[in-house]
Amino acid sequence: MSNTRIGRRFAELREKNQPALVAYLTAGDPSLDATVRLVAALERGGADIIELGVPFSDPIADGPVIMRGAERALAAGTSLRGVLDCAAKIRAHSEVPILLFSYLNPMMRYGFAKLAVDAKAAGVDGILMTDASVEEAEPYVKTIRDAGLDTVFLAAPTSTPERLALVGRYSSGFVYLVSRTGVTGEQAQLSAQALPLVKAMRAHTDLPLAVGFGIAKAADAQAVGQLADGVVVGSAFVRVIERYAGTPEMETKLEALARELKTGALQGRGTAGE
Amino acid sequence: MITTSQPDSGGHFGPYGGRFVPEVLMAPLEELERAYVVARHDPAFHKELSDLMTNYAGRPTALWEAKRLSGVLGGARIYIKREDLLHTGAHKINNCLGQILLARRMGKKRIIAETGAGQHGVATATVCALFGMDCTVYMGEEDMRRQRLNVFRMRLLGAKVVSVTNGSRTLKDAISEAMRDWVTNVENTHYLLGSALGSHPYPVMVRDFHSVIGREARAQFLEREGRLPDTVFACVGGGSNAIGMFHEFIGDEGVELIGVEAGGRSLELGEHAARFAGGSPGVLQGCYSYVLQNADGQIALTHSVSAGLDYAMIGPEHAYLADGGRATYVNCSDAAALDAARMLSRTEGIIPALESSHAVAEAIRRAPAEKGKVFLVNLSGRGDKDIDIYRENLKDLDE
Repeated sequence: MSNTRIGRRFAELREKNQPALVAYLTAGDPSLDATVRLVAALERGGADIIELGVPFSDPIADGPVIMRGAERALAAGTSLRGVLDCAAKIRAHSEVPILLFSYLNPMMRYGFAKLAVDAKAAGVDGILMTDASVEEAEPYVKTIRDAGLDTVFLAAPTSTPERLALVGRYSSGFVYLVSRTGVTGEQAQLSAQALPLVKAMRAHTDLPLAVGFGIAKAADAQAVGQLADGVVVGSAFVRVIERYAGTPEMETKLEALARELKTGALQGRGTAGE
Repeated sequence: MITTSQPDSGGHFGPYGGRFVPEVLMAPLEELERAYVVARHDPAFHKELSDLMTNYAGRPTALWEAKRLSGVLGGARIYIKREDLLHTGAHKINNCLGQILLARRMGKKRIIAETGAGQHGVATATVCALFGMDCTVYMGEEDMRRQRLNVFRMRLLGAKVVSVTNGSRTLKDAISEAMRDWVTNVENTHYLLGSALGSHPYPVMVRDFHSVIGREARAQFLEREGRLPDTVFACVGGGSNAIGMFHEFIGDEGVELIGVEAGGRSLELGEHAARFAGGSPGVLQGCYSYVLQNADGQIALTHSVSAGLDYAMIGPEHAYLADGGRATYVNCSDAAALDAARMLSRTEGIIPALESSHAVAEAIRRAPAEKGKVFLVNLSGRGDKDIDIYRENLKDLDE
């Protein structure tokens, strides 16, 4: 188990037989100041781990909701440096684990050596890069790990057993299982591909397994919570921000959705929560 | 000097290329690579492809000595490789015929593609009609406006054309949207990528399917001149026609290779698509190569009068050839390309595609000072699709 806040949080939850609610937000949507408050709202609602999305101009793995979130964040002037400053502001008053979630290019441009140092200093706990295949990962995994940060990789329903083994080997903190072939976005119902993937990945690693893509409702969270160590929700949160940005309800609505999803996830284990 | 250029097993040309995609697409790329390796060593595949190239697409294409153009310039003698004479009007059909045969071998029933100028979309729609495959083409809204004729051609051929309204609404955004479709429908769908770009094996596979251009041109040149050309010119968007032309000449150390990028309106970021003029190595859409980006690693908007060159990244093998000094990359402005189109039309009776006009323009610029030299220009496409843009820009002709 990794010794970051991410590893420790999963260990605590495992003790209590609870799945983690992992919440994604695009940093800077609608502004970096708002992101600090939105993360606090997610925490109040029961989110255990925060994925702080670094907006990118060409998000090939994202569906329309997160794409629009990235467009808003970029229009507001968000840069990777700004996201790190935002993480530091969150860290000033919270111990919530933070995973930076990014496409490769903004991080490559920033420079991995500098990023590892600056991210650690900002209180970030790990890094996930959507378009970084394990084959290309070698040069920066070491740099990031040496700084004491986790490297999280994706596993997908199309991954062969050989690839699942590689994903397990290069990941620390947890493994992010993509529930279905497709881009990010809410689905009417949870993919039938999700649970078989949890079982397949279990054969290759002892790391916590979190399932994401297409999870939007308490019932989905409950189904995933039964088998996986974590439930990742992104687009549903970003959609709330899109709808309520600029209104006084934005934070309360986000908090309410987090609470609903957390309750669902806990019901998956037959635990009623706190 | 570099005299060969083959990627390593991970698809790297030097540091460039590779595979940078979400995990969902890794296994499909491996499947595609395996299918391509098997096909490449299968004589039956080559026989069928060769038959299609000859009897359907119209290969070999002519090598034309542009004597009137050369005479007007009064310097180097210029030969033109007439890829514009191919079926569908551009080199793009070479790659589409190869990939459609591969898709059929892999049992894929549905084809998706991106298109900028529409030439690759038309070629894809054409091979899908020929092979009875379902076809969806993604095209930026802005490109659909500037290339209306090709949109209609694709629809006439039975393809569904999807308008992409994200980002700059051009080729880059069309590729992203095609990748999103592929990620979603990967089981039954082949992504027929149209340039020497993206993740391995696309850059090497697309190059191989186009390398017939250089093989023919080299043999034709030797037969006509008894020697090789001094300088070879090709325009470079992603770089498929250029790499198809260059590949056969890489080992010929005396042959200078010139890639011409889109210089657009100016060399200020956002006003051009000249990756070697202000770009730097980065990752976009599955590939590591030179890309136009800002200080935060966000991909820059690009501009070119030619939709087919209007793209932020150059193919990885070109980055490798540039670093190694084997090929040289220059750029040509919108205005110079338009002038070259007019000049070629009037001296040779050949109306070039706006993309190809960039290569012609560089040959025209250099020819006067290089008497005694012999140039070879790849005319990658014909200009019919660009008539609306020529009309908008050459107003003196449109009373």
